[in-house]
Amino acid sequence: MLKVDNVSGGYGKESIVKAVTFTVNKGEVLGILGPNGSGKSTLLKIISGILPKETGSVTIDGQDASTYSQKEFAKKVAVLPQLHAHAFSHTVRETVELGRYPHQSGLFSSWSDEDERAVTDAINSMSIARYAENSIELLSGGEQQRVYVAQALAQEAPILLLDEPTNHLDIAHQQQLLDTIRQQAIDKGLTVISVFHDINLASLYCDRLLLMSEGRIARIGVPQDVVKEEAIQSVYGARIKSQPHPELPKPQITLLPDTKEEIKPFTVVKDDFSIAADFVALRTKYPLKTISSAVHNAGMGWYRSFVNRHVDVDYNVDDVKAENTSYLEQQGFHLTDTVGMMTAVTTEHAEVEEYTGDFGTILIAVTAGVGNAVDVSQAFTRDQKPRVGTINTWVIVNGQLPDEAFIQAMITATEAKTKALQMESITDPLTGTIATGTSTDSLLIAATQQGEFLPYAGPITPLGKLIGHGVFDCTVRAIRAYKKAKGWTT
Amino acid sequence: MSKSSVAYIVSAAALLVAVWLGVSIGSVKIPISTLWNPGADATATNILWKIRMPRVVLAGLVGASLAISGAAFQGLLKNPLADPYTLGVSSGASVGAVMTLFFGISIPFLGIYTLPVFSMVGAALTMFLVLGFARLVDRAMRMETIILTGIIFGSFLGSVLSLMIALTGEELRQIIGWLLGSVSMRGWSYITMILPFVVVGSFMLWLNRRELNAMLFGEERAHHLGVNVKRRKFTILIGGSILTGSAVAVSGTIGFVGLVVPHMTRLLWGSDHRHLLTLSFMNGATLLVICDLIARTIISPTELPVGVITAFIGAPVFAFIFYKQRRKGGM
Repeated sequence: MLKVDNVSGGYGKESIVKAVTFTVNKGEVLGILGPNGSGKSTLLKIISGILPKETGSVTIDGQDASTYSQKEFAKKVAVLPQLHAHAFSHTVRETVELGRYPHQSGLFSSWSDEDERAVTDAINSMSIARYAENSIELLSGGEQQRVYVAQALAQEAPILLLDEPTNHLDIAHQQQLLDTIRQQAIDKGLTVISVFHDINLASLYCDRLLLMSEGRIARIGVPQDVVKEEAIQSVYGARIKSQPHPELPKPQITLLPDTKEEIKPFTVVKDDFSIAADFVALRTKYPLKTISSAVHNAGMGWYRSFVNRHVDVDYNVDDVKAENTSYLEQQGFHLTDTVGMMTAVTTEHAEVEEYTGDFGTILIAVTAGVGNAVDVSQAFTRDQKPRVGTINTWVIVNGQLPDEAFIQAMITATEAKTKALQMESITDPLTGTIATGTSTDSLLIAATQQGEFLPYAGPITPLGKLIGHGVFDCTVRAIRAYKKAKGWTT
Repeated sequence: MSKSSVAYIVSAAALLVAVWLGVSIGSVKIPISTLWNPGADATATNILWKIRMPRVVLAGLVGASLAISGAAFQGLLKNPLADPYTLGVSSGASVGAVMTLFFGISIPFLGIYTLPVFSMVGAALTMFLVLGFARLVDRAMRMETIILTGIIFGSFLGSVLSLMIALTGEELRQIIGWLLGSVSMRGWSYITMILPFVVVGSFMLWLNRRELNAMLFGEERAHHLGVNVKRRKFTILIGGSILTGSAVAVSGTIGFVGLVVPHMTRLLWGSDHRHLLTLSFMNGATLLVICDLIARTIISPTELPVGVITAFIGAPVFAFIFYKQRRKGGM
């Protein structure tokens, strides 16, 4: 469809784009990325014929682009302009009609039914029919940009070139615009080449990405291959982290700013825990990076308050989350800053302990209710709703953990808990076998992300050893306290 | 009926009324029926065909030329203040014309067209110098830059004119009267002298009506829409120079017609050049016929140069457009 072969060129004597070669297939959306001055807009201008090229060739539909007349070229390639001020104002319809320019010929160049249809289609597809007779200067930036997209669509060219189409648009308009362009690409088989400033948008909306650095192609390929930490960091010179998009298999990046020194060194100590009549709470000075299966704010996040709330054994509410949220609010917890769990165990039976290793300390907090114990290996035969009766385990680490250490910490803590149940001979009442947990256990791993870097948390690493020992220890003690409270032992 | 049809009908009606008033009002009242009544009074017929009619037709052609080139310049430069006068192109045309008179130049095969041709060459040269200099000063070619450059070149060319006038002596009065801008006592020969140029120039601009629409969005945008920008721009500038040159050759410098008429036309009927050019042409003719009528009747029997009237209307309009544009923050 479009082939760029060994193209160099730029404004002055020195070429800005240097020996760039790539092809774009029909129906494909290619995003061009790169830092300021890397030549991405220049490359687009060379392709669209605004700037001359010094070497190489651009081939469109198998024919050298420079052999097309201006009008023939415009029938093949439409370009979306950047927003600018107007001295005189056209109406929206007049503006879109200009897109038909390359299709008109002859002295009087009469307006055909085909022209009319293309204009109406373009106006409808951008949903701007409402203000077709208004003057464009009265429209907002987002609306104006849609008018220009309609103009480019009315051109009915199979190739669309865009230069930072979402410049100056708010996120809702960015999404609308790119959704529409993507949709047009699918519906009409348009080939789209677009320069992007925003790496995340490019990754979301493009089939392939071309990363430019100092006029050359640094990387080209699917977003997963281009939006990689080392590539982006070396080309842009910015510290970033790449993460998966929550809904789509597309990588997204986050900046890692140099603001760490704003947080003064701190450690979490046992005294930070408080035990009230109906909840155990931990409040920290700065947020901890947390992963948990809590009722309130489960998943990964940064939080400063951690609540393990005691509810009655026959607590039975339809909407547990909503009820728990209003409870936390009543108790004065800041909802967006708090992780909340629930247990039937009374707070006096909570076990909180601090453990010291070579690297620093960790804190473990456990509440264990085992009336609802389950042997996970036998559980597939069960047909029963989960009931209250829960082991809640918190592991707080004074150290820096990567993602994998968080997951290893979860495994290690779970294994230690299971071992504690075995130690205490807790059985699954239905099967009579040793239980591995209860039906509603929760786990929370949190780290200050300060101090020593702890890369792993497997059972024989320094951190893992401490977690294994601490969770086992606290769980055993919590189970014993529970047994005592229930009068199972003397 | 579409908005544009209404526009053409209204403009045509206004032009007819202006012509009617132009030929009938004056020191001697001429009934319009003289036009077709063979039995009309001979003196009236004489005044109508020998004096009034050529004057009205010439005013119409000059007004039409200045207005359509103003509309085209404004579209091309995306600058609502551009017109042959503010760009200094009229001054260039004057220098060309005065030089022809001053040196008594006559190119054999050009004959009576020597004067308008030199005037056009002066216009075209000034045009390219002004735009070239403005681009040198400010690549963005902002509205103010172009107008200031126009003023600089206009003043310089004005002093060249003064010098030539000072050196001529006896022909002084004639040239000064001509410079102030007038369409009086020119006769049919002047009309035949400029008519071909008006037709060619206007046609050149009209051919680029859709290209002008595209260029309102900038040259780069026009390029992307499929316009051969270089060639079209050149055609428009040459077309505008031909029109300005021929208008100046017969009537001297008449300012602001190219500014006021397109502005009013745009306000009333929109800025689509497919109609704007033709409508400006018609309305320009109407305006100058009316202004000339005022010029010769307002303090009758003394005649004012028509340029005085157009400047009287035009300068405030110029100020108004400038104010509006600055307030808008555009350009």
